[in-house]
Amino acid sequence: MKYQPVIGLEVHVQLLTDTKIFCGCSTKFGSEPNSQTCPVCLGLPGALPVLNKKVVEFAIKAGLSTNCSITPRSIFARKNYFYPDLPKGYQISQFEDPICQRGWLDIAVDGDALKRIGITRIHMEEDAGKLVHGELSGPGDGSGVDLNRACTPLLEVVSEPDLRTSDEAVTYLKQLHQIVTWLGICDGNMEEGSFRCDANVSVMPVGSDTLGTRAEIKNVNSFKFVKQAIEYEIQRQIDLIEDGGTVVQETRLFDPTSGTTRSMRSKEEAHDYRYFPDPDLVPLVISDEWIERSRQKLPELPEERRQRFMDELGLPLYDAEVLTSSKALADYFEAGIAAHSNAKAVGNWIMGEITRSLNDSGTTIEACPIRPGQLAELLKLIDNGTISGKIAKTVFDEMWRSGKAAQTIVEEQGLVQVSDSGAIESIIDEIMAGNAGQVDEYRSGKEKVFGFFVGQVMKASKGKANPSVVNELLLNKLKG
Amino acid sequence: MEMTVTDVEYVARLARLELSLKEKELFAGQMGAILGYVEKLKGLNTDGIVPTSHAVPMENSFREDITSPSIGLEKALANAPDRAGSFFAVPKVIE
Repeated sequence: MKYQPVIGLEVHVQLLTDTKIFCGCSTKFGSEPNSQTCPVCLGLPGALPVLNKKVVEFAIKAGLSTNCSITPRSIFARKNYFYPDLPKGYQISQFEDPICQRGWLDIAVDGDALKRIGITRIHMEEDAGKLVHGELSGPGDGSGVDLNRACTPLLEVVSEPDLRTSDEAVTYLKQLHQIVTWLGICDGNMEEGSFRCDANVSVMPVGSDTLGTRAEIKNVNSFKFVKQAIEYEIQRQIDLIEDGGTVVQETRLFDPTSGTTRSMRSKEEAHDYRYFPDPDLVPLVISDEWIERSRQKLPELPEERRQRFMDELGLPLYDAEVLTSSKALADYFEAGIAAHSNAKAVGNWIMGEITRSLNDSGTTIEACPIRPGQLAELLKLIDNGTISGKIAKTVFDEMWRSGKAAQTIVEEQGLVQVSDSGAIESIIDEIMAGNAGQVDEYRSGKEKVFGFFVGQVMKASKGKANPSVVNELLLNKLKG
Repeated sequence: MEMTVTDVEYVARLARLELSLKEKELFAGQMGAILGYVEKLKGLNTDGIVPTSHAVPMENSFREDITSPSIGLEKALANAPDRAGSFFAVPKVIE
């Protein structure tokens, strides 16, 4: 039998605020355990949570950027369960009336037609603390609780079960990742857990309209693992069904070392969270004016910018996609074309030399030693014929190393391109005289030898001869 | 509304409460009376009335995203039944 996988993703996005969602403790990563805590995030009796306004603003931005409706009146709820990393015995979250509802993202896998993936909801909630095992200084073999992370603001973005393959899931996830980092509301660091994904996976026979029982896979903290975990889980469920078994609804943990998922027995007991409105937090009312203000402040989103690069600058889709892969890169590109309007050349150099040099040196585009204006100066020298494209690469390397301006390097090293036909002609004459054999070969029809002559002339001119002038003169002379 | 000892046991387990049989029977009666009253309220016509989530007519209480001092490690751990270095120590939790 053939099976159809059905996948939905729940993504937790840690927000880039300075303070926690309900108290003024710092959210800084890596501090001494439990040093960033107060009565609110420790869950001490009588403490009163107060909502961080920036969290609401970030949530509205995320909602507007994913085509969601912003709920005019939303409330917070208590999700009740016991776990050692949850000091209050409940997590403050949203249940009914989450802040954003009914959105979507359009994804394209491998250049296929766009597919719309529904977003059921985005809600605000607090994170739990962190549990550590086996690295305690004290006696015994217990676990340790660090509540620095408790009460850190999260958005949970819940997709509809519209995804059908692991590739679709990864594409959707990457797009969401790009949006939240582009908006500057999340640092997107998956390893540190700032952007984490749970995948709900089920399979059903092809043609069926009844969804199979799903398993929820946790702990998939890279795009690669998301793909692996989903593919493993799909196959596990199919094998199970084929062998006459049934899939049970459960939480499974992905193990990156083996690439497999395993049941989390500790969380198997039936969940009954008894959600109810949190009386400590008053309702959140968001006016149309507030939404409109947020909409005005939204940056141009990656998709819009990609489209504009294609429509206004005539870039091909591939270039537009690469150049909008991060906001910083797109900003760099736009600063470059502001100084030199040859968009195709600026784009090529960013995707080529700049990217290669950034990768080689482990630098980010934000810290790129060659600023967009400097790159533009270099490209101007190519476009006005001062230097050849080949020499430009030498100049580029020198700019990267020394930080000097392109013009300065060209002058200092005497790299100006020779387009003077007299000078080039005399080089050509010399080379033809010294290689009479090859001249005869060319004249007897072996046109491949032409490349040999170009190479020799360029070498003799130390790369400075203008290649198109060389080609033209050589052709005339060789034809005799 | 009828509440059974089994219902009470279910709720007690979720709340991690250990109750004697006598207590379970007592609470079954009391909870049944409360739920019975709620059942009675269901008879009222609430068409067009927005569900009440809060008793106080108030909305939009915010704080700005500005750090305020934490209470410090020692105070945070002062009431902990057990600690290990800077951590609250709890029985081993395995996932």
